[in-house]
Amino acid sequence: MTDLLTPVLTANWGDERAWKLVNYERVGGYSALRKALVMEPADVVGVVKDSGLRGRGGAGFPTGMKWSFIPQDNPKPKYLVVNADESEPGTCKDMPLMMASPHTLVEGVIIAAYAIRAAYAFIYVRGEVLHVVRRLQQAVREAYSAGYAGRNILGTGYDLEIVVHAGAGAYICGEETALLDSLEGRRGQPRLRPPFPAVAGLYASPTVINNVESIASVPAIINGGADWFASMGTEKSKGMTIYSLSGHVNSPGQFEAPLGITLRQLLDVAGGIRDGHQLKFWTPGGSSTPLLTAEHLDIPLDYEGVASVKSMLGTKALQCFDETTSVVRTVLRWTEFYKHESCGKCTPCREGTWWLVQILKRMEAGHGEEGDIEKLLDLCDNILGRSFCALGDGATSPITSAIKFFREEFEAAMHTPAWELFPYERSTIFVREPAAATTSAGAH
Amino acid sequence: MSIEPQGPGARSGHPAGDIASEELVGHGKFKTHFDEPSIDFSEYQTLLTEATVEEMRSIAGRYPQARSALLPMLHLVQSVEGRITPAGIEACAQILDLTPAEVSGVATFYTMYKRRPVGEYHVGVCTTALCAIMGGDEVYSALQDHLGIGNDETTDDGRITLEHLECNAACDFAPVMMVNWEFFDNTTPDSAREVVDALRTGEEITSTRGARVCTWKQAERVLAGFPDGRADEGPTAGPQSLLGLRIAREKGWSAPPVPDPDADQGSNGEEHAE
Repeated sequence: MTDLLTPVLTANWGDERAWKLVNYERVGGYSALRKALVMEPADVVGVVKDSGLRGRGGAGFPTGMKWSFIPQDNPKPKYLVVNADESEPGTCKDMPLMMASPHTLVEGVIIAAYAIRAAYAFIYVRGEVLHVVRRLQQAVREAYSAGYAGRNILGTGYDLEIVVHAGAGAYICGEETALLDSLEGRRGQPRLRPPFPAVAGLYASPTVINNVESIASVPAIINGGADWFASMGTEKSKGMTIYSLSGHVNSPGQFEAPLGITLRQLLDVAGGIRDGHQLKFWTPGGSSTPLLTAEHLDIPLDYEGVASVKSMLGTKALQCFDETTSVVRTVLRWTEFYKHESCGKCTPCREGTWWLVQILKRMEAGHGEEGDIEKLLDLCDNILGRSFCALGDGATSPITSAIKFFREEFEAAMHTPAWELFPYERSTIFVREPAAATTSAGAH
Repeated sequence: MSIEPQGPGARSGHPAGDIASEELVGHGKFKTHFDEPSIDFSEYQTLLTEATVEEMRSIAGRYPQARSALLPMLHLVQSVEGRITPAGIEACAQILDLTPAEVSGVATFYTMYKRRPVGEYHVGVCTTALCAIMGGDEVYSALQDHLGIGNDETTDDGRITLEHLECNAACDFAPVMMVNWEFFDNTTPDSAREVVDALRTGEEITSTRGARVCTWKQAERVLAGFPDGRADEGPTAGPQSLLGLRIAREKGWSAPPVPDPDADQGSNGEEHAE
């Protein structure tokens, strides 16, 4: 049995200046690259395939299989693109990884690019994280200086250019085909598939797009071997991964554990829901994954376990809300997010999210109208599966799951404002300010 | 201050409060995409120099296809102009052989590109669900009151532009505030006011998990790909990021041992600094 927590990717985050090349090398950094570069590229793909690594950005597609889809008989250049656009509400694992140990990612990038025989790799990082961008830029420069990137890497004859590309504020660019359009200097709007990026991706050439954590896992897999990696996790969900715990918990933070840990286990090691309160609802993997409740505390947090309760593992962003929280308010705020981030390309998502916000706003104010719940569900029904990409689908998840578990709160929204049912100050984490005109009794 | 119960349209801790300022831009009951403030094309002054244009060309040179440089080039325009200007759009269009309309189409798609001048410091408060509920709404409304400005507005002294943000990927540090895209973790209304007061008096402040705060224009230059030498400032990670690691160390937990690391390695002449 493996231990409850298994730091691998996070193991050096506590080190002094872990972001520097010299410190990364001191803990074995770039030994996996040396190992990979004496392997055949196809064998590198094989190890990653055998490890069972699945995409850590939400969809859970097997990473090695994605790499093997790159047609090597295609004469066009091959590209590797790292999706570092982490923006799914609740998701906050890739940013600390790139801030603390950018070389873990850069080493993974070079190995992955070598495996698919790419001569260019791009790290598309969201623009709103200045210091993460700085650390990445510096790590790539250091990798060039050390001979790990650029021409004739470590004397092997392999050439690779790595470009750190900062986005400009658009959640939709986390969708892989929208990311490609954005990286081509266009509005970030999703593309129709097929053709899939493996065949016609960046510049209509074969392209692999992987999440930061997926690529950062590759050096450990090359060093430890497929069996070592697969010795962690569950039958179909192998390896360790980073869980992000946030919200009304005593100790929010990042926890690296084998896939299949439960929220109850995580809360136990992290000191539980904040004192004097109880868990009301939570998301397993960001706001686009249907809500779960306290009855799901013992579900294994792996791809299959979460799917078995009609949700998704997603990004493993465990946002916990206690009993002080208004479901209607929370769902409204997520819906406003999707409305703001809808790229406008397809009608169901662009118009649907707008109408959802209108209805939820009046419900929050206690002015819900008869038939509003049905209208919300009907709108969701017309968005889900009818939108161009997963953003629209994701927008419906919080609404339909919230109505499933907390319908009575939506019914109360016909007559009572959410802030009366759930005084908002009770959900905040800071002590009330003395200047508050209203009594602060009961609020901590 | 407390969140006041609001009727429709009343200002409050809910961004409904701030969205009111956004709604002023609209013309009728329904706000459309066309009601967004547009790029001000009446302003023809430009600070772009030949050196800037050279830098824009150098960005284009980083990519197999030049158009990929458009996003970083627009960041560079902002680093000089303080916003996206007609001259900046023209310059991008000329270098990349695009029409100004094509460049405008891109510039108006992304929220980090600003159509109106941004203050020296861009202060963003996350008001997506989790941060909002945990206090982001109160932080945001406290700053609105303290600065006397609404969403996407700038103080008269030109120092601070305030905006409410969507999720900035730091949820374990909620409520999150960003100053020129540097993290200010676990913000309270008091700490937020202190930060903006310091910024307005020209005091140097440091991110809770990053570098000394530079100006918004300087930040935009880094995003365009021109480093400012501050990568080594700040901590490796925040306490929340390290929590799981700390607990694992305390409990003696670890990943399974890696099988014999020297078995099939070390044959290719590794060089170590030691």
